[in-house]
Amino acid sequence: MTLDGTPPAALIRLSGITKTYGRGQAAFQALKGIDLSIDAGDFVAIMGPSGSGKSTAMNILGCLDTPSSGSYEFEGVRVEQMSRNQRALLRRHYLGFVFQGFNLLARTTALENVELPLIYRGESAGARHAAAREALQQVGLQGWEDHTPGELSGGQQQRVAIARAIVTRPAVLLADEPTGNLDTHTGREIMELIGALNRERGITVLMVTHEPDMAAYAKRIVRFVDGRVESDRHNDSHNEETA
Amino acid sequence: MLWNTLLLALRAIRRNLMRSFLTVLGIVIGVAAVITMVTLGNGATKSVSDQISSMGSNLLILLPGQRFGPGSEGAPNFKLADVEAIRSQITAAGAVAPVSSKGVTAVYQARNWATVVTGSSNDYFQAGNWQLAAGRTFSETEERAGKAVCVIGETVRDKLFGRQSPVGSEIRIKQFACEVIGLLKSKGQSAMGSDQDDVVVMPLRTVQRRLSGNPDVNRMTISVREGASIDAVKSQLILLLRERRNIGENEEDDFRVMDTRQITETLTATTKILTMLLGAVAAVSLLVGGIGIMNIMLVSVTERTREIGIRLAIGALEREVLLQFLIEAVVLASLGGLIGIALATAASIGLAGMMQIPYLFDPAINLLSFLFSAAIGVIFGFFPARRAAQLDPIDALRHE
Repeated sequence: MTLDGTPPAALIRLSGITKTYGRGQAAFQALKGIDLSIDAGDFVAIMGPSGSGKSTAMNILGCLDTPSSGSYEFEGVRVEQMSRNQRALLRRHYLGFVFQGFNLLARTTALENVELPLIYRGESAGARHAAAREALQQVGLQGWEDHTPGELSGGQQQRVAIARAIVTRPAVLLADEPTGNLDTHTGREIMELIGALNRERGITVLMVTHEPDMAAYAKRIVRFVDGRVESDRHNDSHNEETA
Repeated sequence: MLWNTLLLALRAIRRNLMRSFLTVLGIVIGVAAVITMVTLGNGATKSVSDQISSMGSNLLILLPGQRFGPGSEGAPNFKLADVEAIRSQITAAGAVAPVSSKGVTAVYQARNWATVVTGSSNDYFQAGNWQLAAGRTFSETEERAGKAVCVIGETVRDKLFGRQSPVGSEIRIKQFACEVIGLLKSKGQSAMGSDQDDVVVMPLRTVQRRLSGNPDVNRMTISVREGASIDAVKSQLILLLRERRNIGENEEDDFRVMDTRQITETLTATTKILTMLLGAVAAVSLLVGGIGIMNIMLVSVTERTREIGIRLAIGALEREVLLQFLIEAVVLASLGGLIGIALATAASIGLAGMMQIPYLFDPAINLLSFLFSAAIGVIFGFFPARRAAQLDPIDALRHE
């Protein structure tokens, strides 16, 4: 609830989302009707065992995949009716992605990696350099601009990936197991960085994780089981002051 | 956007310098082959026409029979009376040089050399544009009496006398000795590829008496006076000779008049066809180079599946990925074309020097080859690029 008592407009609203892979006998229903509403500024951890449909849901939320049925509204716009190119433009302008495997371009410097989304936005070289440097500074990597992923540690690579995701000032940051390839200590650092971005810059964060330790950084935890939302609750352990 | 895509393409090429080079090797060789072939062909054509004009550009050559080589045997040779008739009746004819030739072995001291003796008159030197390097030409007495004197070419001098001056020495031809009275300036290869300097010129009568044993004239070289029409002289010659050789109205000529312009046209047409043929063969290798590009681009798309996934995930449009790979292929192919042009220039200059033909830069073929290689990039880059653009971002990101 906002301070003046009016209900906040949901940034994302999923209703009755299903996703079926294959046809006929071999058909497999990964999502069996998901209803989910996410407000701007929220920090949602999506948890669940493997095969529970959390990755499928994440792909649909990230506009990389389309639902078989149901509706997906992003800021009131129906995503499920969009063409492939329209969804690409939506990703370009509103979404930032962080992956488990970092997914940086090899043999490409940190700065060039972070600049990549800005190239597709058609920004000038000067603006790109400035924005990319600023984003790298925000993730604590100033001085590492000219290093390639091969010269960086896992934690540093994930920081570059986060810089790449936030350089466009997206509305939503989608993180798919962002700490899955990192040790616990580094994972915590990454989570603190993501938490800070959510807190200080108001970026809505959607994160898939299976580690309760990492989910603890979220404000809200949605648990998937067998293609349905099993529980959706406020995270009691979430503490703005210590997180 | 185009500029940015170009930037991305150049970055991708730079990241994989070695593979990029191997990819374009086919194009490099193809372009270099096409340009080298065509450039050398042009040089050869130029050198042929230069050599013909060294023979004299206003020259008519009169031969018995309708064709070269076999088949002309039935036709009788010309007589000295024909030569006189041409001299007296065709006023536009300048020098009329009768020629009777015979293959012989020339001997000087311990050295010998197989060559051809050309029996003619001083008109021969005039009609053929020959200059003397040393000595003199025939005197009237020598021509009339058929004296054993000769003027030799540079090759014969080289083979028999080395660097020595031959004038005043005697060479032996068959059973008689012959005094060398003059040395001709070198003219080099003829348009047909034979050595024009491999020549021994004697008075016509000397050859007729001592070598051929008959009073025939094998051929005539006739120069046309400045300002006179070559075609007019040619038709007068044909009329006169038909009459003198008693050729009936319905019969074909049993002789042939060639003019050097016609020879130039025939020979340059031949070298041009050869040039085109070689260029076409080389163009096939350019096409093969294009298939090489497609091959590597497809491998590259597979290898870079994850990269494509990242680009699509962060919001690259299908056509932007298509354009990126297409531009990458075109940039690669064009770079290959440029390297090919550089290589061809070096090879053409080197080979032209070795083959002793002029190097002529042909801007058209260079531009054409470059554009063709860029076009190959578009054609063979399109399929891999489309495959990249149509990848599913989720699958692409999962690709190992």
